[in-house]
Amino acid sequence: MKWFGLIATVFTGILLLSAVPDFAKFGDPNSPANGGVGDTPSVSQYFITETYNDTKVPNLVTAVLADYRGYDTMFETVVIFAAGIAIFSILRSFSGPVIPSHPPTVDTSVHGDHQRIIIGMTCRLIIPIIQLFALYVVAHGHHSPGGGFQGGVILGASFILLALAKDLNAALGRFSEKRYLALGSIGVIIYAGFGLAAQALQRNFLDYEILHKIMPATDPIMARSHSMLGVEVGVAFTVTAIMFAIYANLSSKGRLEQGL
Amino acid sequence: MSDQLPAILLLAPLFGALITGLVGNGDHRRCFPILIASLTISFACAIGLLGQVIQNGTIDYFMGGWGTDRAPLGVGIQLRVDALNALLLLVITTVALLVAVYSLRRAGEENTEKTPQFYMLFQMLCVGLLGITVTADAFNLFVLVEVSSLTSYALVAMGSKPRGTVAAFNYLIMGTIGASLYLLGVGYLYMKTGTLNMVGIHEILLDPEVGQSSSIFVAFILILVGVWIKMAFFPLYGWLPNAYSYCPSTSSCLLAPLMTKVSVYVMIRVMLSVFGAEWVFQSLGWSHTVVWLAVIAILAGSLLALAQVELKKMLCYLIVAEVGYMVGGAWLANHWGMVGSLYHILADAFMTLCLFIAASIFIKRRQADRIDQLEGLFKKMPLTTAGFVVGALAMIGVPPTAGFFSKWYLLRGGIEAGQWGYVVALLVSSLVNAVLFFRIIEIAYFGKNPVESHGHGHDDDHGHEDETQQGQVGGSTLLSGEGRPATLIPLLISAAIVILLGVFNGPIVEIIQQALEGLPVIGTATR
Amino acid sequence: MEFFNNSVVPYFNYWIYVILMMIGLHAMITKNNLIKKLIGMTIFQTAIILLYVSIGVKSGATIPILAHHHDDHGEETESAHHGEPDHGHTEADAEAHAKAGAPSEVEKPDRPGDGEYEKEKKDDHHDHGDPHHDSHAVNPDHFANPLPHVLMLTAIVVGVSTLGVALAISQSIYRNFGSLEEDEILAKIKQGGSGADV
Repeated sequence: MKWFGLIATVFTGILLLSAVPDFAKFGDPNSPANGGVGDTPSVSQYFITETYNDTKVPNLVTAVLADYRGYDTMFETVVIFAAGIAIFSILRSFSGPVIPSHPPTVDTSVHGDHQRIIIGMTCRLIIPIIQLFALYVVAHGHHSPGGGFQGGVILGASFILLALAKDLNAALGRFSEKRYLALGSIGVIIYAGFGLAAQALQRNFLDYEILHKIMPATDPIMARSHSMLGVEVGVAFTVTAIMFAIYANLSSKGRLEQGL
Repeated sequence: MSDQLPAILLLAPLFGALITGLVGNGDHRRCFPILIASLTISFACAIGLLGQVIQNGTIDYFMGGWGTDRAPLGVGIQLRVDALNALLLLVITTVALLVAVYSLRRAGEENTEKTPQFYMLFQMLCVGLLGITVTADAFNLFVLVEVSSLTSYALVAMGSKPRGTVAAFNYLIMGTIGASLYLLGVGYLYMKTGTLNMVGIHEILLDPEVGQSSSIFVAFILILVGVWIKMAFFPLYGWLPNAYSYCPSTSSCLLAPLMTKVSVYVMIRVMLSVFGAEWVFQSLGWSHTVVWLAVIAILAGSLLALAQVELKKMLCYLIVAEVGYMVGGAWLANHWGMVGSLYHILADAFMTLCLFIAASIFIKRRQADRIDQLEGLFKKMPLTTAGFVVGALAMIGVPPTAGFFSKWYLLRGGIEAGQWGYVVALLVSSLVNAVLFFRIIEIAYFGKNPVESHGHGHDDDHGHEDETQQGQVGGSTLLSGEGRPATLIPLLISAAIVILLGVFNGPIVEIIQQALEGLPVIGTATR
Repeated sequence: MEFFNNSVVPYFNYWIYVILMMIGLHAMITKNNLIKKLIGMTIFQTAIILLYVSIGVKSGATIPILAHHHDDHGEETESAHHGEPDHGHTEADAEAHAKAGAPSEVEKPDRPGDGEYEKEKKDDHHDHGDPHHDSHAVNPDHFANPLPHVLMLTAIVVGVSTLGVALAISQSIYRNFGSLEEDEILAKIKQGGSGADV
């Protein structure tokens, strides 16, 4: 098997490398992807030059992600939601024999107490700041690198930190299974809801421009900007919930009783 | 409203899944109506789209409104419904609806606390498959392939059989390699053309300076191998028999008819719409080799199926052979080959559905997987048997079932192209299928009255004697010995569709030909 | 050496991605332990992500975020990353704020055949060499290609999701078979039954 693997790998590598001289050099601004083929400018040229006029959002990546290719991003959110549901359905066990795991390594001496106090206090101070930062990343995604996925991961990480520092049950006490499963669905509903709202107003799905009719005091261009923020919030909800769901299920072998 | 059909088609099961997530956890009985409602809406949209396409031709739908009036092509994501995928959409929604009705009893018994999650995965799988069929953006195709793949990994791994989890792991590894290779191929295409829209890529590839470069060849190979892994084309089929045999029966009824067929559709779509028939068949010139690979696939699938003792595994190897038919037909490089291949996608979905539902009913009834344990079953369950026999006849290729007509078109294409190996393989596999199914019918019909022993079954669902006794008495069954209506009706409907597809193959082939007019396949094969 | 200079150095990103991808593929095929296979899968996917991102690089270009209100001396105006006040900016305002400049005017890129884009007045005071001072002129050569970044955001999320599901399946396998080594699992399957006490 090892020989077969080696041969297959080398063969594939040679096949891939054979096409390399055909490509553009590293950093070439006139490559077909960056500049365009022949006379027609590539799609990226349009993105760089017209995004600000269309959406008033300086972060080109967020604009393309949430507006021009918003349909893709919606399915990306569905992927991560499906992963959370999948892990739940594969691992979660409500009954059955207790899998023998190593005994919990909780140090009950005085020294251990001190450690727990230090860790507990530190986390108590840091976690709110982490969460605030996560909200900042979500909201500021229009102007700096950030957005729904990034902010959602940070927010989910704050709950994971709580679970790691104290106990999984402490984190579950604040973010129970019912809540995070519901939050995951709500996030995608928000995203698709923006699209449906556009459809209700006789435009295509996810056409944010028409939403200026239901948003107070915006023109069509700013409606795009605000809707982008709205869908990013939806994405953040789902990612937060699923990040924590994945951690909770994986670390407790699906039993949600005791974490790492 | 009517121009929003492509979007509503996808949104109905998506919202069905999301709403199930919100309300289903409280009360399991709420899940089922939501499921049926969302799939019925999708079904209605698919019918509407087919009607629109027949009347008006290809439909374009731009997500976010970024149509060509507002921005250059490729800025937004485009959905494109032409006659090719309108038929497939209808097939997907029909199969999904039938399996949904079938799942009323099965899913509840197999995964009780996770029923809402099962239905959510079910609907998200449907969204993925429908999305793959309508999209006209290469990267969007990848994302939707991943949606459908992830949900299918979970559906396979969810079962109570331990071997199912190992099979799911292998399936996951192979599936990820396949999707990643596809992504790599799209990356190469993007590097050379600068756009992700299928129509846009095609236009740029028409220029020989771009289209004949070596990186485009490598891109095609990567995409092709990636899609071959996903459709379990020989020799990359290793994951399929285990994955579909050891998964819960409802999952297998949903996955087996649809997943591989949609992947075959993706291959044909990439061949015809992105690269173009001329490029594929003339510049690449591989059709001869690929047809021979298909021949090997057909023969290997059929012979391996002969060697199986478990019913579902045998059906899985038959799927491998069927994929060989479709790939061979598509690569024959002529009109009738392509028509046959496309018609076979539709027919095979229903044939496989028929056989898998019937097999699931039999296996559940006998609590055993092996063929030799089906003794005497046919006399007890005549209606289920009828469904099974229709599926079997379609596999063998007996008129007036759809299987006969698809073989007819494929044979015609093969003869015209002069690919005698393919023609012989088709005939041999029909023969082998006949042997296979008559052996089953013989055991199941003429076998002695069975002793309900559980000794052999090492892969049982539930190995309890008590349940068997109950089933034997037939306490709560409708006709003596038959299953419940919820499991029987989908079987009979799909059997009827198999026959109807055969009888009405004329109009269907006309629709397919209408699609191929826009995407011409050249008339002669190249050697 | 010649070969190295001509074929490897200008294309080094492709060489790196191929080597990484082959390492990942080798691990996936040959390793026995399930978790090592998954790590190989992650390396495989990461190599593809690297390839895409490296396509979008343009030498001398900055990140694809339009920076506003930066002028030569690094002074930032109060609304450094423009908030509400920007909405009212019109072309007249943009002229007035020539130095600080919001890119409300789009200059036609210096490429032939782009008739659909309006020609706007170029502000001569700006130093085109320094990408941070782009104001009226949104010169595509000064910004990296945003599209591969977007695509790879999606690909990374997909990769993470697949890894999560794979780990869950691995845990399930361990629960059923008591081992994560492929040969041991296959041996247990051959023996018949799951070998677990479930």
